[in-house]
Amino acid sequence: MLDPEKKSFLDSISKKIRKKCIEVANAKSPNATHLGGALSSVDILVMLYYEIMKYNVSKPDWELRDRFFLSKGHSVLGYYSILSDLGYFSDEELHSYGKNLTKLPGHPVRNKSMGIEFTNGSLGMGLAVAIGHSIAAKRRNLNYHTYVLMGDGECNEGSVWEGAMAAPHFKLNNLTAIIDNNGLQQTGTNNEILKVEDFVRRFESFGWEAIEVDGHNHEELYKVFSVNESDKPRIIIGKTIKGKGFSFTEGNNSWHHGVMTKDLYNLAVEELNKK
Amino acid sequence: MVEITNKSIKNWSIVGPRPTLGLVLFEIAKSIENLMVVTADVSTSAGLDRYRKTFPEKFVDTGISEQNMIGIAAGLADNGYKVFTTTFAPFQTLRCLDQIKVDLAYSEIGVTMVGLASGLIQGPLGNTHCCIEDIGVLRSIPNIVILSPADGLGIAKSVVASLQTDKPVYIRLTGGSNHPIVYQNDVDYVIGKFNQLVEGEGISIIATGTMVYNSLKAAELLKQKGISVSVYDAHTIKPLDEETVKKCAEKNRLIVTIEEHNVYGGLGSSVAECIVKVKNSTTHLALGVNDVFLHPGDYNFMLEQAGLLPEQIAESIIVANSAL
Repeated sequence: MLDPEKKSFLDSISKKIRKKCIEVANAKSPNATHLGGALSSVDILVMLYYEIMKYNVSKPDWELRDRFFLSKGHSVLGYYSILSDLGYFSDEELHSYGKNLTKLPGHPVRNKSMGIEFTNGSLGMGLAVAIGHSIAAKRRNLNYHTYVLMGDGECNEGSVWEGAMAAPHFKLNNLTAIIDNNGLQQTGTNNEILKVEDFVRRFESFGWEAIEVDGHNHEELYKVFSVNESDKPRIIIGKTIKGKGFSFTEGNNSWHHGVMTKDLYNLAVEELNKK
Repeated sequence: MVEITNKSIKNWSIVGPRPTLGLVLFEIAKSIENLMVVTADVSTSAGLDRYRKTFPEKFVDTGISEQNMIGIAAGLADNGYKVFTTTFAPFQTLRCLDQIKVDLAYSEIGVTMVGLASGLIQGPLGNTHCCIEDIGVLRSIPNIVILSPADGLGIAKSVVASLQTDKPVYIRLTGGSNHPIVYQNDVDYVIGKFNQLVEGEGISIIATGTMVYNSLKAAELLKQKGISVSVYDAHTIKPLDEETVKKCAEKNRLIVTIEEHNVYGGLGSSVAECIVKVKNSTTHLALGVNDVFLHPGDYNFMLEQAGLLPEQIAESIIVANSAL
């Protein structure tokens, strides 16, 4: 059970991270940003980084740190905003996002000192790398946990299902995959483009423990992330809303990769202040 | 780390490249604590049976899923393991090329990949299993070292050399059992530096993999006809030994490249890209598979179709030389 004080803290962090996301998107205007998927995954990332995972910002390569992989690499804005908020790099560095010579391009590049565990962007690759880290922990008897966040559209990739077969085979109960299940992918709904419905049944049939939760509800997220007694790899299917947080972005797929205008930015700030 | 004796050189030659890989990895596993071999259901084909039984904690089989194999290898290497991956060359390279680019090259993860039975040795199985494209596709990815050993000693040397670099490495194995011996004795092996095997004048042969031995045989045939050639073992394709290539271009009237690979994208292309930088450069004859899928058949038949038997190589050089 998440105590009310913690819930209120996590909710306030989510609000702060969403604000950072729109600030960066605004600064990057008139260039587009991948905002929709970033906003849908913010609450999951906040739960992991501010409550669940163990790590040491001043020792980013600490051997026993929990690992996080952003397999849906385009949703990087929320991830960068959190790493910056935690002190892995400055706000100024965060605002270099997408600019010439930045260390923070539109998809993350492995940089341990900045807290960026691995390179992602070409979809369907994060799970296998996470499995490699989980096998390493098992072989060395190290007590860290590995998390990987994937998109629902990303699950169109065959390589996801290679990993889905492998994790139960290697008995990786030190691995948790998460699907940001917002129902939308680049050019339409999952069902229009390629049906990937019923992730729970699919992953269970591959040998995972699969749990569906409200991916924006910190109480529910805490319940599933804080207790893990499974002897199987786990997958958390977070039911989310693409573009979560603002009236004009929620469920609006043009924000998969969209341009923030001054007016919309002002509206977003106004909406945040009312919450 | 790997004992090099006349006996081991002979043995590697008899068993051929794939079992040699298994033998060499078995030897280095004894002294490298953090070694990890990752395969995609090919441990038997890679001569790794004894290895996996002896060192189960240093072995991962991902099943027939090469993309997953590279990702898992990257994750292991990211945790300090010295990782070797291996499967048949087409599946070790083409099937998982994006993972090689992103998880290894772009991420600066030093995994060594070994492509089994590359080139034309798998001729009876058809072109799905032959591999004349691996050098070409990998060469276009930054940050990768490509090694192409000429015989068993070359394999042992390249495996050991790959441990000394933190870059991703691809080791290309060509040929089969009863593999001819190029190096009768131990030899210096420096990544990026060709070994000169024959000193001649006017013509330089730069060959790689199995074609090094065929070039030595061709050189003997040419000598009988009064044509002098130098022969180099291009055991490293990338980084290319530009210094030696440029010297060859300056000193010779003809450079010949020979490889069990498509003439597009491989050693020949790499040498051509280098020699165009040399003023008044020399003529280049690129021997290899001439951008076709060959008719399936036995190894000798495959090489013959590509004009890569020693007599054919010698004849091509005579023709090119007389046209100068």
